[in-house]
Amino acid sequence: MRLHLTVNGEPRAVDDVGADESLLSLLRDRIGLAGTKNACEQGECGSCSVYLDGTLVCSCLVLAGQAADRDVVTVEGLAPPGTLDPVQQAFISAGAVQCGFCTPGLVLAVDDLIRRVPDPSDEQIREALAGNLCRCTGYQKIIDAVHLAAEGAGNGHHGH
Amino acid sequence: MATTVTERAPGTRRGAGGVGESVPRVDAVPKVTGTFEYASDLRAEGMLFGAVLRSPHASARILGVDATAAAALPGVHAVLLAADLPGKRTFGLNFDDQPVLADGLVRYHGEPVAVVAADTPALAHRAAGLIAVDWAPLPAVTDMEAALAADAPRLFDFGNVLRHVHIVHGSPEQATADVWVEGYYETGMQDQAPLGPEAGLAIPAADGGIDLFVATQWLHVDREQIAPCLNLPLEKVRISLAGVGGAFGAREDIHMQIHASLLALRTGRPVKMSFGREESFLGHVHRHPARIWLRHGANRDGMLVAVDARLLFDGGAYSSSSPAVVGNAATFAAGPYEVPNVRIEGTLVFTNNPPCGAMRGFGAPQVCFAHEAQMDKLAAVLGMDPVDLRLRNAMHTGSVLPTGQVLTGSAPVRELIELCAQAPLPEPEPADGRDQLRYPGGTGNVTRGEGLRTGVGYAVGFKNTAFSEGFDDAAAARVTLRLTDGVPVAEIHTAAVEMGQGLTTVLAQIARTELGLHEVTLRTADTSAGNAGSTSASRQSMMAGGAVQLACHQVRDRLAERASDRILGGGETLPGPVELHDGLLFADGEPVAGLADLLTEPVAETAVYHHRPTAGFDEHGQGDVHVTFTFAAERAVVEVDTELGMVRVLHVTAAIDAGKVLNPVGFEGQIEGGTAQGLGFALMEELQAENGTVRNPSFTDYLIPTFLDMPPVDTRAVEEPDPGVPYGLKGIGEAPSIVSTAAIVAALRDATGRELNRAPVTPDDLIGLRGPRPTSGPPPVPDVPGQWPVPYYHNRSSTQQGLM
Repeated sequence: MRLHLTVNGEPRAVDDVGADESLLSLLRDRIGLAGTKNACEQGECGSCSVYLDGTLVCSCLVLAGQAADRDVVTVEGLAPPGTLDPVQQAFISAGAVQCGFCTPGLVLAVDDLIRRVPDPSDEQIREALAGNLCRCTGYQKIIDAVHLAAEGAGNGHHGH
Repeated sequence: MATTVTERAPGTRRGAGGVGESVPRVDAVPKVTGTFEYASDLRAEGMLFGAVLRSPHASARILGVDATAAAALPGVHAVLLAADLPGKRTFGLNFDDQPVLADGLVRYHGEPVAVVAADTPALAHRAAGLIAVDWAPLPAVTDMEAALAADAPRLFDFGNVLRHVHIVHGSPEQATADVWVEGYYETGMQDQAPLGPEAGLAIPAADGGIDLFVATQWLHVDREQIAPCLNLPLEKVRISLAGVGGAFGAREDIHMQIHASLLALRTGRPVKMSFGREESFLGHVHRHPARIWLRHGANRDGMLVAVDARLLFDGGAYSSSSPAVVGNAATFAAGPYEVPNVRIEGTLVFTNNPPCGAMRGFGAPQVCFAHEAQMDKLAAVLGMDPVDLRLRNAMHTGSVLPTGQVLTGSAPVRELIELCAQAPLPEPEPADGRDQLRYPGGTGNVTRGEGLRTGVGYAVGFKNTAFSEGFDDAAAARVTLRLTDGVPVAEIHTAAVEMGQGLTTVLAQIARTELGLHEVTLRTADTSAGNAGSTSASRQSMMAGGAVQLACHQVRDRLAERASDRILGGGETLPGPVELHDGLLFADGEPVAGLADLLTEPVAETAVYHHRPTAGFDEHGQGDVHVTFTFAAERAVVEVDTELGMVRVLHVTAAIDAGKVLNPVGFEGQIEGGTAQGLGFALMEELQAENGTVRNPSFTDYLIPTFLDMPPVDTRAVEEPDPGVPYGLKGIGEAPSIVSTAAIVAALRDATGRELNRAPVTPDDLIGLRGPRPTSGPPPVPDVPGQWPVPYYHNRSSTQQGLM
């Protein structure tokens, strides 16, 4: 089937999309946006997180067809090219990146969290991000990054 | 040419962004924006996709293979079986015992049998599924003690013992002690579970060779294994590092490199392979399951008199790096304590379980789990504080290891223990009325404060940095200094692998410090650079870092010669020590020349760093087998719901013997992350092989710690420089993973009063539904020809890697 959708603000048409194809595969293999990562194929790790009409989803669990005529935002679309979103900057400043494979999904999950909860507590952070696995950092510096991003957005800082 | 020094050349003040500062990662921006290219992101024009058919059996004969249907599928371009291999048919890190494709026999669940190249990944996997294999299952030996039996099925003709290490120090048979404690311990099969899957892209080249882009840990040892299997000379296999999504040991062994290269050569097209999560679990080595029997003797004053250690490690079906793992485990089995009389018997067996090899800690976490449990048992018997007992016996500089090796480097073991003991404990929380997340079980909503007990546990451990037992794992680096738009820029080119741990940032810091400039670029690691050795054994900051430091010194010396030629007319050397900083060259503290003025043409220097030599074990297990050591201590505070067996780790204090912290934020990240992996090993992580069949190869069934599982980690560094090592640094990557499992389980014992002799600990263990694992005592010491791996005595060819 031919699929129309909007990705990072740009209208896209993709031909010959299979009925069993995931949104993750559509983004990575058809559209060539490899920032969204494939790490578990079953919604356990959050590495493939994207916004679908403003809602954070695991793109490995969404069929490509379900994204028809909808609006997708990936890590590549979070900030204009050549610039960094405050969440991305906070990840760098806090040392929240190591191998970085989980980072695109976490950057979007943190962006989503701060939109919903402008100044989250440690407990709120841990619960909100529990669906994003990271194997390198032990999570502490990512929690630091969330506070830093909240602070940078003028949301105050409770510390922890 | 006259050189003016009145105008400062572009550059930065000494040390800006250099060694000792918290510096943002050099790859941070592409990683947060999604543009960093991991191996699984690679693409090439006209590429095909490879897939592997793997054995569903742990032990079986292959009576026949029919690939007709797979090959006939439109869009399938190649199907390769063992008979199609153009060169050598086996590979391996220490011994080349692992078939590229099974040739009539499989020894583990997941062993590759055939590879397919097709137009899409889905088609390749469908074609692999159409290959018909006529299997004749064989008896499998999947218990490591059963593998030692005389009538056990044999994995190889020389038997099931891969290596036995025998260490005797002092007079363990004659030792007398006031008290003796015995213990039996087990650890399960942990998986590295890096988030980035095994992946790479092989591109056939016009010269008949291969350009391979792959996520790996040691480019040059990959090449040594790949080239003979492709029947190509080394120089026709060119390997470049693709983005690595974590490794932790899992990428030390060959995974897709040979298969993709074979398919690319056969089809004449680029071939990409990228494992899914299940295939990743089946397609890389794991941490060795272990059984450990310990007997500790001490006097009433708490001084250790003797340790008898019997270790049995399950290597699975192939040798991988197992010989070195058991060598390591044996040398650390008595812990970081002075013990005058020691006997250690360390055995590693083949079974039909999944192959085991390198994982962060490399044999040390298993023995640390055991020797630290023994120290707590001993403290209880003696009525001593467990911290005091450890302080009393702690190694220090000058101590003698069970191998007879004298600790010549820094060994601040007491300081580490004291840091943990003195750190404030977390504030007690009331049992009632907490946020549900602050109860064991969390959002599972399983307790509101009933049956809670807290516990505190300590663990101390140590491990070698770099490879051991006589291997010279040297590292090369090339540093080029040139002007770019009038600014001196240093370019670093090594084959050393960045896998997330922060090496490239550290190398840039070293160049900034040594050359007194800010602008550093890093070329992609590839085999056109000299061999840098493995990114493993906590070695690359010391080895590749040492090589970059040496190369920078050579660059500095060349610049000094230029300055001398231009100012003094040559033939003379500049007075006093030469230094570079602030964009200037200084001699004896005086500015002599601007860097920009000296760089009329670039300066390029290559250097090779060697660590001090080591030796193999003698017949009694004596010898200076290790280069240097990193020590670590952790204190864990836990809370257990004693009715349901749920655990919440409240806090961890990590004290690390860092020598010199090169990048504080990166250092903390390593310690926090390594502690998390140890927490996983303590509480949840176990790859379950039932009769050799892996039962949980997914992130649904193999659990790793989440945000909800990890407590705050208070990381402290003891910076006592290690003599003879660049900046006095120590390798710190593995240290936290060695101790955190033992510390957390010690805290669980403190909370529950239960023996808990197996990691990972399950809820059933914590509430007593399952008792301690029983044992009928250690198996007899196997009869082996000597200390080296058994295949060595059977003239099995060993590869270049040596022993880690």
